[in-house]
Amino acid sequence: MKIYLKIIGYLTPIIALAISFFITGLILVAIDRNPIDTFALMIEYGTTPKSIISILNRSIPVYISAIAVAVGFKMGMFNIGVEGQYLFGTLIGAYVGSLLSVSRPLHILIIFISSFAVSSLWAGIAGYLKVKKGVHEVISTIMLNYIASGLVAYLLGSVFFERKDDGIIRVPQTNNLPETGQLPPLNNLLGLEDLPNLNGFLIGAVILGIVYYWLVWKSSLGFELRATGMNPTAAKFSGANPNKLIIVAMLISGAFAGFVGMSNLVGYFHKFTIDFPTGLGFAGITVALLGRNHPIGMALGAFLISFLERSAQILDLNDVPKEIERIMAGIVILVVVISYEVVRRYVLTQQVKLASKLVQNVE
Amino acid sequence: MKISIKNISKSFPGVLANKDVSIDVASASIHAIVGENGAGKSTLMKILYGMQKPDSGTLEFDEKLVKFNSPKDAIEEGIGMVHQHFMLADNLTVWENIVLGIDKPNFKPLKKKDYISEINELAEKYKLKVNPTKTIDELGVGSKQRVEILKVLYRGAKILILDEPTAVLVPQEVSELFENLRNLKSLGVTILFISHKLDEVIEIADNVSVMRGGMHVGTIETKNVSKSELAEMMIGKDLPLPPKRTSQISEKICLKVENLTAKTVEGKKAFENIDFEIKQGEIVGLAGVEGNGQKELSESILGLYEFESGKIHLHEDDISNFDTKSRRELGISYIAEDRQAQGLIIEANLIENVILGNQSTSKYSSKYKNVIYKNAVVNSQSVVNNFNVVTPGVNTLAIALSGGNQQKFVVGREIENMPKFLLASQPTRGVDVGAQDLIWNKLKDARDSGLGVLLISADLDELLGLSDRLIVIYEGQFVKELKPSEATPELLGSFMTGLNI
Repeated sequence: MKIYLKIIGYLTPIIALAISFFITGLILVAIDRNPIDTFALMIEYGTTPKSIISILNRSIPVYISAIAVAVGFKMGMFNIGVEGQYLFGTLIGAYVGSLLSVSRPLHILIIFISSFAVSSLWAGIAGYLKVKKGVHEVISTIMLNYIASGLVAYLLGSVFFERKDDGIIRVPQTNNLPETGQLPPLNNLLGLEDLPNLNGFLIGAVILGIVYYWLVWKSSLGFELRATGMNPTAAKFSGANPNKLIIVAMLISGAFAGFVGMSNLVGYFHKFTIDFPTGLGFAGITVALLGRNHPIGMALGAFLISFLERSAQILDLNDVPKEIERIMAGIVILVVVISYEVVRRYVLTQQVKLASKLVQNVE
Repeated sequence: MKISIKNISKSFPGVLANKDVSIDVASASIHAIVGENGAGKSTLMKILYGMQKPDSGTLEFDEKLVKFNSPKDAIEEGIGMVHQHFMLADNLTVWENIVLGIDKPNFKPLKKKDYISEINELAEKYKLKVNPTKTIDELGVGSKQRVEILKVLYRGAKILILDEPTAVLVPQEVSELFENLRNLKSLGVTILFISHKLDEVIEIADNVSVMRGGMHVGTIETKNVSKSELAEMMIGKDLPLPPKRTSQISEKICLKVENLTAKTVEGKKAFENIDFEIKQGEIVGLAGVEGNGQKELSESILGLYEFESGKIHLHEDDISNFDTKSRRELGISYIAEDRQAQGLIIEANLIENVILGNQSTSKYSSKYKNVIYKNAVVNSQSVVNNFNVVTPGVNTLAIALSGGNQQKFVVGREIENMPKFLLASQPTRGVDVGAQDLIWNKLKDARDSGLGVLLISADLDELLGLSDRLIVIYEGQFVKELKPSEATPELLGSFMTGLNI
């Protein structure tokens, strides 16, 4: 009896995806394009070796961002501030890294530490404000995003800028990381020749996924975190200190956020520039929802979003507006979130029925 | 309007809220519904107001069958409800609050003058003093309540449901409210008055229906009933009695509370100079009408409530300044008065629920601060076996269990933790007779093996049958200590209501 409930759980995302493709197909028909051809085109282009590497590279920061958001979700908090946290942390990491001259693993490690320390503290402000002043974390993290982006722009333009042409021109970017601060791609390791670089921080993302899983599902702290998320009153009576947990959860969430920019920093750009990728913090919210805060679910969610982004690039060339990808991503999120909720309720009522049947039999 | 509630039953996952309830309410009378928390009175009123649909049973108004899908239907039939927590928009004026939602939204200007004069007329008719142009946040609690009453009368209510209307009022406001209610009655309004304050019920109501464990125990005229009789009906006498067993009370102290004093959140006295000790192997029963400081006292012992002065010792340790977690780790266990809100994570399975409260002890937390699920599986299975918890397995979510089985699981978890001291708050509230019997026996077993227990209960028979010693709390003070052998429910009831000090 219980196995079929599990199977329903696993089938949900697949059915939800099929529904999303169907709805997108209707939209394509409405704008007079052939949906089958369009999807075939997307799949064909999206599964070339080049595309797969690009999808993996895109997935890394989105996945880590999703983890940062999920830490908050698990305890019933909404950290909207991953965006500001990672931008600020990455900038500081880039700056610190550009000053150092130490050997390789240590150099990269110091960059990581300075980035996540800053992100973590930045997120901690929201935790502190919630505990001490009762400011809702959604409000404070949104505000902190604005402050962070302003701060980053100011620091980049007026403090950490690079001097070129004997210092006459100030370029709003940090100095390049020395070679010891750069993370090599995985291509040599995996024998991927004649292909674009596969970002070395992919391994970091996998490690962070494992750390997240351990922290939330296996550690005692994670138990209290989840208990507080599901029933704050019962958690309080059990000895969990809600105020402490709020601050700790924000610090941890911010620490993960500190790694969002790392693949791009140490593995690709090697400096923080005005063009450094933004919006990853918000993408993380989407992916956390898609993956239901589960480490593997979020990885699949990150692949899916990255796949859609990448494969949409071919559409314009074939006279299909590439905006269809944004529409599709939106449909996917809505359908997936709704189907999760429907299935959750169904499984719950089935469990209740099962247990009450048993009680009747016993009595 | 006359109301007939006929054979209403309603259950929720884990709770049977109403079981075959039938009550007749005479037209133009004040009818009180009394019962402890969880007795099912709120659910019944929600059904009457269309907020919940009954599983079975019917409602009749003046012999006419009615069916409600939402409060809107109920309002159309002439029912109005004044909730315990006011449903008013603070920054709007009185008249705006009263007419809010009356018309379908449109773009016509509001007929402010007409509304105000209508409200003034209505207020005059029912002698409910309000100033329609003041904003709500300028008003005191009593006036807000009058606005709430006017709001439902304005909608043409012939039946008024008042949910714990005096809970928020000071005595002077209470007598004002009662005068208003008598007035409304004389003008033909039928009033349903929900309360657990027996004094007030006897003062204001014509008839009173008593609810207990989701069932309707009986309806009587208030002029024929005394407070202690009512208390007895509310708490139950025909229930099975806990087994009497002698015990060896040790000389060693289990819990010692010295001169504890605390204020409520509103700054009133919660309890004062509380002084007692519980020996190992002793159950001390705390009797009192709900709201006399028990909640604050038990939360103080758990480290969840900040008291002003005094000391708490567990065995030899002074735990006055310890947080909840350290107290739990030192061996304080707690059977929560509200299992679903305080004692369980109902969306989690029994394996995770068995950890709750002990997540930081060495039983469930390894040297590297990992949760030891292996132990949780074994221990949840052991609670299920030893306490006869009926469940498909320990993987089942707590919400899937019936109320009695949830409670058996909570009690089992707390007892099998081998605590040094157990705070048992309403350990058998809202459970069936079989579960009650099992819980009583298990509590006695634990006592016999040397556990000290503070038992807080609204069930006087439970207190008399389980306790080795009884303490009565009234308005935050210990007013009487007595042996169960020299106490009767009537005597206890008189101390609890402050009649016999």
